[in-house]
Amino acid sequence: MQINELKTYFFTRLGVVKAVDGVSFELRKGECLCLVGESGCGKTATALSVLRLVDSPPGRIVDGAVMYHGEDLLKSTATRLRQIRGNRIAMIFQDPQSSLNPVFTVGDQIMEPIRLHLKLGKQPARERALSLMKQVGIPQAEERMKYYPHQFSGGMKQRAMIAAALSCGPEILIADEPTTALDTTIKAQILDIFRDLKQKMNMSILFITHDLGTVAGIADRIIVMYGGRIAEAGSVLDIFDRPKHPYTWGLLNCLPTISEHREKMTSIPGVIPSLIDPPQGCIFYPRCGWRMPVCQEQRPGEYAISGEHIAACYLYK
Amino acid sequence: MVRKLLETEGLKKYYPVTAGLLARHVADVKAVDSVSFFIAEGETLGLVGESGCGKSSLGRVLLRLEEPTSGRIIYRGNDITSWSKHQMKALRREAQMIFQDPQSSLDPRMTIGDSIGEALLIHGTGTEKERLERVTELLQRVGLEPGHATRYPHELSGGQKQRIGIARALAVNPKLIVADEPVSALDVSVQAQILNLIMNLQREFSLAYLFIAHDLAVIGQVSSRIAVMYLGQIVELASRDDLFRQPLHPYTQALLSAVLLPDPHQPRKRILLPGEVPSPIDPPPGCRFHTRCPRVMAICRREMPKSRQIDENHLVACHLYD
Repeated sequence: MQINELKTYFFTRLGVVKAVDGVSFELRKGECLCLVGESGCGKTATALSVLRLVDSPPGRIVDGAVMYHGEDLLKSTATRLRQIRGNRIAMIFQDPQSSLNPVFTVGDQIMEPIRLHLKLGKQPARERALSLMKQVGIPQAEERMKYYPHQFSGGMKQRAMIAAALSCGPEILIADEPTTALDTTIKAQILDIFRDLKQKMNMSILFITHDLGTVAGIADRIIVMYGGRIAEAGSVLDIFDRPKHPYTWGLLNCLPTISEHREKMTSIPGVIPSLIDPPQGCIFYPRCGWRMPVCQEQRPGEYAISGEHIAACYLYK
Repeated sequence: MVRKLLETEGLKKYYPVTAGLLARHVADVKAVDSVSFFIAEGETLGLVGESGCGKSSLGRVLLRLEEPTSGRIIYRGNDITSWSKHQMKALRREAQMIFQDPQSSLDPRMTIGDSIGEALLIHGTGTEKERLERVTELLQRVGLEPGHATRYPHELSGGQKQRIGIARALAVNPKLIVADEPVSALDVSVQAQILNLIMNLQREFSLAYLFIAHDLAVIGQVSSRIAVMYLGQIVELASRDDLFRQPLHPYTQALLSAVLLPDPHQPRKRILLPGEVPSPIDPPPGCRFHTRCPRVMAICRREMPKSRQIDENHLVACHLYD
C-alpha cells in the first residue's frame, strides 16, 4: 500500500485542526510498520484515513491518495470499500470493550465477517471461527464461542478482536494501540500472536502505538510522527541505534528503563503543539535544542540519511 | 534505624457480592487479602501488580477512603484503623492522595486555585490572603504559572492537570502521599517531567510515597523498595535493586521477563504464564498463584505460603523458599 501526501483536517469551531498534514509512506508485503508518536501526533487519524473511517464531519480527507493494488481507496465507491474492509484490509482498535457488541456472542461476532465476505454457510463459518479462536489462543473455544463479551477478560477480548479481524485472511491488518490497555504479561502474549501471524500468513501490519517498548518487540520499520507530520522513518535498528531527528532523541531519552536508575530524568521541554494554524516552519521548532533560523522559515523536507532512513530536519539537508 | 511512618498488619478489604431479589450476600471479592508491610519516613515504596491484584483498593483503604474489612493500619505508632471521622480529619493533613485520572479528580466547576486551596479551607488554615499566597507558591512549585489559578480544568492539558493534582496534595504539607498510577495516562515526555517533579518534591519535603503503578520501569525509577501484588496479596517485597537483579517469586520473574524493553537487541527469553488471572471472588486454594506457576509443587495446591524474610530487605511468599 502506498500513502501519498495524505492530509486529513478537522473543521471545528475553534479552527481547522491539521491532524494529518502531508504524510507519505509505503507499507510492504509481510512487514510490520509501526506508526509511533505521542497524543495528537496524527497516527490514529492516519490509520482511520486509510479505510476512510474518519468522522465526517468534522473530519475530512482534503488531499492525498491511498494506493492499494492500483486503486486509490480515497476515490473508491462505498460498495467497493465495504468489499475491502474486514476482508482485504482489517482493523482492530484500542479498546476491545467498545469494539465488541455486548448483545451478541463472541462467536457470532467472529463469524460475522466470514459469513458476510466469504459467503460461507453457518456450519463452515462456525468451524472457521473455532479454528481462528484456537489460533489466537482462546482456550475452551467451543464453549467460549457462546460467551458474551462481558464474560471475557481484557486479554481474551483482544484475542477475539484479532480472530474477527483475521477471519477473512486479510492482506493488511491495521492495529491501533491494540495492547495499550492490557496488563504487562498479557501485552507480551498478544504481541507474540501478532509476530506469529505475520510470519505464518505473510500479512502486513500497520501497528500504531505510543509505546516504544512494544515497537522494539515487533517492528520491522518505524515511522515517528509529530504534529501531524513524519519526523523520522527507518528500519527498527535505524531508529533505535542511530536516531537522527531531535524529537526522536528526546523521545528515546525520556524513557524510564529497568536497567538504569537516574537521579533526574531527561524530558523534552515545552508542550505538544496545537494543530490549529500550525507555524510556517518546522513544527518541532519551539521545543528543539538544535534549531536554526531556517527551521522557523520553511517546513523541512524529508532528507535521506542512508538506505531507507530519512529525517525531516534541516540538520540533514 | 528505620522510622516507620505507616504500617499495616493483616489488612483485608472484601467487597460483598449479592445475588437475588433480596440481595443476599453470597460471596466476597477478596480484593485485599491480608497484607502486611510498612512505609518508612521519606521513602518511596512502589506497589506493582496487574489488573485485579488489589493495589488501588489497598491505596484507598490505607487512607481510609474505604473502610478495611479487618486488620490494622498504624500511623506513626498509632492504630488508626478505628479512628473517628474527626480524628481522621486531622490525619488527612499528613496523608494525601494523587489520583490516576487527572480529568475526573478535578471538579470541572471549580477554578484551579479553588481546587488547590480547598484543603486549606477545610482545615481552617490561614487567612484568605495567606491561602492565596500558598496557592501561588504551590503553582510555581509544580511548574505552573500563578495565572493558572483562575483557569478551569478543561483549559489545561493532561500533564498540567496532573501537576494540579500534585499541588493540591501538597497544600497541607503532608508527610505521606499515596500516588495511584499518577503517570499512566500521560504521554512519555510528560511522564518524565512529572516523575522529575515527584522525585524533586520528595527530596525537598522529605515526603514518603506509596507509588502504585503497573509499569515496572516507572516504578523502578522512583522506588527504593518495591512490593509485588497478585490477587490481593503481596508475593514479594524487596529493595529495588534486589528485586530487579534477583527476583525470587515465580510471578515476579514472569512479570520482569514480560516487560517490553525499548531495545530491539534484547534477546527475549520470556516466561509465558499459562491461563488467566483467577477471579478474586473464588481464588484458588493454597497459593493463589499455583494455577499458573511454572514451578508449582504439590504443597502449593494445599497450603498458602507464609511470607518469609530471605535477606535483610527481601521478603517472599513462596514454598520454594520454605
